[in-house]
Amino acid sequence: MQYDSMILTFGEMALKGKNRNSFTDLLYKHVKKQLAPFPDVDIKKHFDHIEVALNGRPAEDVAERLRHVFGIHSMRCAISVENDLEKIQEAALKVVRAENAEARTFKISAKRNNKQFPINSMELNHKVGSFILRNTEHLKVDVHHPDLEIKIEVRNTKTRIYGKTFAGEGGMPAGSAGKVLLLLSGGIDSPVAAYQMMRRGATVEAIHFHSPPYTSDRARQKVVDLAEKLQEYAAVDLKLHIVPFTEAQIAIRDNVPENYRMTIMRRVMLRIAEKVAEKRGALALVTGESLGQVASQTLESMNTINEVTNLPVLRPLVAMDKLDIIQIAKKIDTYEISIRPYEDCCTLFLPRQPKTKPDRAHANRFEAYLSVSELVDQAIGGIETVDVGRIQDDLSSLL
Amino acid sequence: MIYFDNSATTKPYPEVLDTYRTAAEQFFANPSSIHKLGGRSEELLKKSREQAAQLLRVKPQEVIFTSGGTEGNNFAIKGTAFAFRHRGKHLMTTRVEHPASLRAFEQLEALGFDVTYLEVDRNGRISLDDVKKALREDTILVSVIHVNNELGTIQPVKEIGQLLKDRPKTLFHVDHVQGFTKVPLDFHEANIDLCTISGHKIHGPKGTGILYKREGIMLSPLLAGGGQEFGFRSGTENLPAIAAFVKAMRLSLERAQNGGIARLRNMTDRLRQALASHPLLSFNTPSGASAPHILNLTVKGIRSEVLVHALDRQGIYVSTKSACSSKTQEPSAVLLATGLSEEDASHAIRISLSFENTMDEVESFLDIFMQTIDKLETVME
Repeated sequence: MQYDSMILTFGEMALKGKNRNSFTDLLYKHVKKQLAPFPDVDIKKHFDHIEVALNGRPAEDVAERLRHVFGIHSMRCAISVENDLEKIQEAALKVVRAENAEARTFKISAKRNNKQFPINSMELNHKVGSFILRNTEHLKVDVHHPDLEIKIEVRNTKTRIYGKTFAGEGGMPAGSAGKVLLLLSGGIDSPVAAYQMMRRGATVEAIHFHSPPYTSDRARQKVVDLAEKLQEYAAVDLKLHIVPFTEAQIAIRDNVPENYRMTIMRRVMLRIAEKVAEKRGALALVTGESLGQVASQTLESMNTINEVTNLPVLRPLVAMDKLDIIQIAKKIDTYEISIRPYEDCCTLFLPRQPKTKPDRAHANRFEAYLSVSELVDQAIGGIETVDVGRIQDDLSSLL
Repeated sequence: MIYFDNSATTKPYPEVLDTYRTAAEQFFANPSSIHKLGGRSEELLKKSREQAAQLLRVKPQEVIFTSGGTEGNNFAIKGTAFAFRHRGKHLMTTRVEHPASLRAFEQLEALGFDVTYLEVDRNGRISLDDVKKALREDTILVSVIHVNNELGTIQPVKEIGQLLKDRPKTLFHVDHVQGFTKVPLDFHEANIDLCTISGHKIHGPKGTGILYKREGIMLSPLLAGGGQEFGFRSGTENLPAIAAFVKAMRLSLERAQNGGIARLRNMTDRLRQALASHPLLSFNTPSGASAPHILNLTVKGIRSEVLVHALDRQGIYVSTKSACSSKTQEPSAVLLATGLSEEDASHAIRISLSFENTMDEVESFLDIFMQTIDKLETVME
């Protein structure tokens, strides 16, 4: 059925005090951007919700465009009628008929914000409920566990009758929490880490280490594809910084004992990331590490790696089980991309037995054999930045 | 020229042909090759699949590109039968399926499968009760055509899907070749496991199609080989055609959404209204629950071939029954199944419209059509 509006409710945002207006503004802007392809819809800010007037656009299409907008708790489809009992009854019946063919029980939950309206909520429940009973065949009232609940809100000028509800992403609006730089590998974890940070309102830029010709164009493409998935959650164009890492890896392979190669490689990556973060105004680094998941992700390893940077290194997955991480990866559609079998730079020149308990003293000693700052500067000089929000144009114009 | 034979095939949109040409020139490399050119082809293939999935509101991994409706139906039906033959040997379908389904079922009967063919009423529609009654413990597949290609009758697909909801061992396949873009169908709501669509019925290139296969269903492939299409349909991807087809999907769905379906309905309504009172004519397409673009009618006393040829000489193209079987002499099995006499069935023609047709064409068609049957009527007498 055709609803005339969609009400976007706020989750956690509604709990915020003084900052709430700026959160609402951010959310409003993001919603507006997402709905730009639908010039016919109107978007209006209210105190505790955003109202999208559909003007003939199917609710499903709008919900699809807003599915990934953080800060939306739910999207409730509604029809608006005059504050008139008969019109409310008719509209409620329409919603009941359209919404759930299998429902056997229902309940009306009316709310009367407009106290001028002569019928109070209890009476309205009763009057609309009995109208529906008279005009349907199989339905019964069940106020405790109804299959279908129809909410009615009598407002100042109009009454809204709510039907289908789509779940929103929840979380905090994009852009409400400053910028972070994500170390994006091709694996399952780092996109999930990015998602978790974005969910909290962080703006994410990503950095990826690429080692041609040992890693292929397809491995690079895989990361671009992952970034594109993340882009769907972002309010601004996501930037992906691709760092040429071959030279550094070869230098590490040639100068560092095998079992410390992984640790030193990570330390070099972090130094590069820190510099990029400073340049890009990011306040923290983010990795997809999870404690104990693989040899390099022990506390000893994190301790040794962290030594090289002053920036906070956020690890949103640190205490999560792999299976839970996979579940999120599937939900955000990155899993299928992450399991594509192309080699990335982390598996390149990998020691057979990486040190699971490295320490800072050894790491520093081995690094003395490398010209670390030169490697870092060289890598940074070769960075190629991809504007993920804008890349698909040449292919999508074909389609 | 007035082309009213769009259920047989449609004319590709010019934009679709542009895409075909560009993709054939620039994306000729094999998507499976590991070099850069192969990578670009793979990228285009991936984007095509993603866009198709988005338009169908399904997941990319649920989209299998095929060569069209015949392959889609064969794959869904035989692929299910072969993969689940140990689970059961009973299959269910209707009397009014497209030959691409019916012949596949006949092949399976020869291999020892037991097939129930549901009868239809005068409107060409099956009854839900019959479906219910025919379901057995060992039913592994129910396969139904959504919009009948000859009549335009819509089958109660959503209701059948609901009926099968708590039968995880019975797969539900829908032949959506005629309905796609013209009769909206929500795969999830209708609980569909497998769904066939075809490119050339929606202004895409010939030799293209999709079988939607719900994630997790392991069909037995018809084409074994290099493992393309997630291993379910081997063969180097026909990339230019796939990209062009996906473009046609987008354009057709856009046209449908921007009032196209209502325009089709207005045109068939106008045809009905203008032809209803003619003493020689009777409609075979039911007025309720039928597609907006198909009108099948019987012209008393004039054999359909004669009428088709007479119209064709005046630049009007319609067809006798389905194009795929119209070269055989027998009257349409679909029309006979609705209880039409042999006489009436062999005097039926099908008018089928597309988003490209206009009301002006409908009016010109009506003028010429009326004159033609008047003329033929006097000759026949």
